[in-house]
Amino acid sequence: MDCFQDTVFKLKRYWAERGAIIQEPYDIEVGAGTMCPETFLRVLGPRPYRVAYVQPSRRPADGRYGENPNRLYKHQQLQVILKPSPEDVIDQYLGSIEAIGIDLKLHDIKFEEDNWEAPTLGAWGIGWQVMLDGLEISQFTYFQQCGGFDLDLVPAELTYGLERISAFLQGVDSVYEIEWAPGVKYAEVRFADELQSSVYNFEMADVDRLRLLFQEYEAEAQRLLSLYEEKAESNQRFPVIAAYEQVLKCSHLFNLLDARGAISVTERVGMIKRVRDLAVGTARIWVDQQA
Amino acid sequence: MNFLLEIGTEEIPHWMIPGALKQLSKLDLLGATPQVEATPRRLVVRATGVPERTPDQEQIVKGPPVSAGEKAAAGFAKKQGVDASELRESGGYWEARKRIPGCGAAQILAETLPRSILAIQWPKTMYWTAKNGPRFIRPIRWLVALLEGQVIPFEIAGVPSGNLTRGHRQLGSSSIPVTIEDYERKLRDNFVLLSSEERRRKIEKEAAALGARIDPDLLETLTFITEYPAAIRGGFDPAFLELPSEVLTTVMKHHQKYFSVEPQPGVLAPAFVAVMNTSGDPAGLVRRGHERVLRARFNDARFFWNADQRKKLAERVEDLKKVTFHARLGSYFEKTQRVVALVGELDGGEYGRRAALLSKADLTTEMVKEFPELQGVVGGLYARAQGEAEPVARAIYEHYKPVSMEDAIPSTREGQLVSLADKLDTLRECFRIGMIPSGSKDPFALRRAAQGVVKILVEAKLPYDFYALLSPELTDFMRERVQYYFREVRGFKYDEVNAVLAASRGTLADVEQRLAALAQVRPTEDFEPLAASFKRIRNILKQAGFEPDGPLQESLLEPGPERDLYDAYQRVRARIQGAGYRAALEGIASLRPSVDRFFDKVLVNAGDPALRVNRLTLLSELLTEFSTIADFSEIVPSGEQK
Repeated sequence: MDCFQDTVFKLKRYWAERGAIIQEPYDIEVGAGTMCPETFLRVLGPRPYRVAYVQPSRRPADGRYGENPNRLYKHQQLQVILKPSPEDVIDQYLGSIEAIGIDLKLHDIKFEEDNWEAPTLGAWGIGWQVMLDGLEISQFTYFQQCGGFDLDLVPAELTYGLERISAFLQGVDSVYEIEWAPGVKYAEVRFADELQSSVYNFEMADVDRLRLLFQEYEAEAQRLLSLYEEKAESNQRFPVIAAYEQVLKCSHLFNLLDARGAISVTERVGMIKRVRDLAVGTARIWVDQQA
Repeated sequence: MNFLLEIGTEEIPHWMIPGALKQLSKLDLLGATPQVEATPRRLVVRATGVPERTPDQEQIVKGPPVSAGEKAAAGFAKKQGVDASELRESGGYWEARKRIPGCGAAQILAETLPRSILAIQWPKTMYWTAKNGPRFIRPIRWLVALLEGQVIPFEIAGVPSGNLTRGHRQLGSSSIPVTIEDYERKLRDNFVLLSSEERRRKIEKEAAALGARIDPDLLETLTFITEYPAAIRGGFDPAFLELPSEVLTTVMKHHQKYFSVEPQPGVLAPAFVAVMNTSGDPAGLVRRGHERVLRARFNDARFFWNADQRKKLAERVEDLKKVTFHARLGSYFEKTQRVVALVGELDGGEYGRRAALLSKADLTTEMVKEFPELQGVVGGLYARAQGEAEPVARAIYEHYKPVSMEDAIPSTREGQLVSLADKLDTLRECFRIGMIPSGSKDPFALRRAAQGVVKILVEAKLPYDFYALLSPELTDFMRERVQYYFREVRGFKYDEVNAVLAASRGTLADVEQRLAALAQVRPTEDFEPLAASFKRIRNILKQAGFEPDGPLQESLLEPGPERDLYDAYQRVRARIQGAGYRAALEGIASLRPSVDRFFDKVLVNAGDPALRVNRLTLLSELLTEFSTIADFSEIVPSGEQK
């Protein structure tokens, strides 16, 4: 039986063999692998790109103090971007499922409509959730728009829910029972993180300070974005990634505030728009730099 | 000639397939009738009797006038490619007759099919080759296009047509040469059942044999998300049966697309029936997978149930300040306040107001966040578990009803009032800020809310004046909904509905009674002719520009038909005083002979102005007096119905 890390190794190997760069997780909090620059920025513009990485993804509202067997504050996604999407992209995807030891002839696979949308990123796509014996194991999306731009090449994004897939492979009912490495359970590696993050997110985070931080990161992003000059010779030096990192900070702080229930009705719509405006501004600069 | 088109795609959303097939059934195949079929991965059109080519046609082109001379005629003939001697004269002009040769069917279809395929309308489309590439519901990956033994050559999004199809993703071959004759059989050999009817029957038969309660919507969904369906039965821990059956059924049906197993209606067995998209599960692997997923889902539900009990509904009302009703209309807390007030105005009583106050509190629970379709139901279950009075719990449980025209209204008065107030508030508020449904655009489902209002008012026989409940900007919209309800749902004739609505300003329950009486009296012999006479009266009064000014002068009535009509009118008026609608309408209908004789014998436009005014006054009184149940002038005689 494969432990968690074996499954990760196999998926990375599989996609490496199909021309993907194997990246490491991004080092700033994100809600999903999509938000990493490796996806958000790289899908823009006319240059082909293939990349795969595991991204620990934080959803403060989904934290359950480690009590819920299936729901996590921080879960591990394997994210694959194939830009442009190859004609046989679904076959390649199914091949990856076989590569981790699932004989598809013996299982029930369905592609059920599930379009993806990220309002804070000005991004959306068309696709499915992939169901394996009734379990949603992946999201499959053809990106259509990102940062408000229609995409030149249509990338396929494959997102694997690694905990779910591992629990399925190992036949356990709780993610905490997954064997991460030989003799080491998921709980040993992650339980304390889940418990303590839930405590912080739901009970101890200082709402006023989080708000202040949001404003600071937003101001820094705005300041940077305002400094970009489209025609300048030196525009390649412009730190678009740094600007985008401020956006990611804002997005995470927004999620934290939201999980605390600290955002009012009217404020919520406004904050989403503020983050989106920054994301769209960053995307515009990236596209300009690529041109 | 026989024809086959298969559009091979990636998985199409099941609910869009019937609509696409309907469009493809109108595909232009030079007069042949298209037969359509589909699986999630293919849209198929077949036809027999496609003509080999279109017939030659003759086209007549009008030329210069004959008077313009021979040179003009020759120039025209040359331009049209005919010999000048073939020109004919018609009404002083030259005419050329050109022969347009017909065209081979394959050639025509090669041109029209790509356009027709990409012209299919979908609710949402995508591009997949590159920006500005063709749009379709999902990527097109292969195309089979055959006319008899020949490929109809064309290309869409870089995919050339051919004679190669694909089988089931896991079980079939991915490249199968086909002919029109062996196409369906070869698909079957490769685990694709092309006929949706066959898939539907297979699912229904197998699932029923495993004890499933067949849900028609789910059956339809499963038919269009499978190419080779097969049913299996799995089980779950009977301990989960402690959870409300509403929750269990929702998880099974909506989230997992499983049929529930009900030995008796409403009694769940700890089992489910799943429909796989594969041939079988000899080792029970798939069954165990589905069981495991369901167990996790049920565990979640139990977790949510327990977690939610830590905070009572009453304590959650305050939290509704953080739940948006609509960006421009504020929070659910504000909405709740309005609904409580409205239920109070409608004399909803203590239970009604309490139910209104708690009605939206379940929006803050984990259970509803997880299962939004259980809003209301969860609130009702929690209210009961938290010791709220039963009428309160039931009213909350049912306050989204009716969710469709077929759905029942809430079963208790409190529930009816909360539902009514909730929907009325939504309608009033949305219309206030100009959010009004138009055409197919109705994002807030206001038509459904309005339909619910009408249904509740009528079927619960609620004593509220309909128009008094509405804000001015709502009146026309709601009136249309009332018409729709009585016509389409209750089957009354459109003119009867118009007649009653023109006369009635009261409750909708009253409108219903009038309609029922009218529909009963309508077929009687005297009714329609009388209605026609009423229309005539109305026209006469209108043409005369007559406004009654003073009472009828009995002394001026001429003996004979005029006096008779007056007497009959007085008699009927006395008789229907306090009578039911039906008796009243029958009484009015009995006036027919008198009215007929009056019009036959009496000249309304009498030379003597006093006589004339008196006669108009008689008619006017008659019309006013007897139009209070329904305005008969709206009745269209059966022979002239639209």
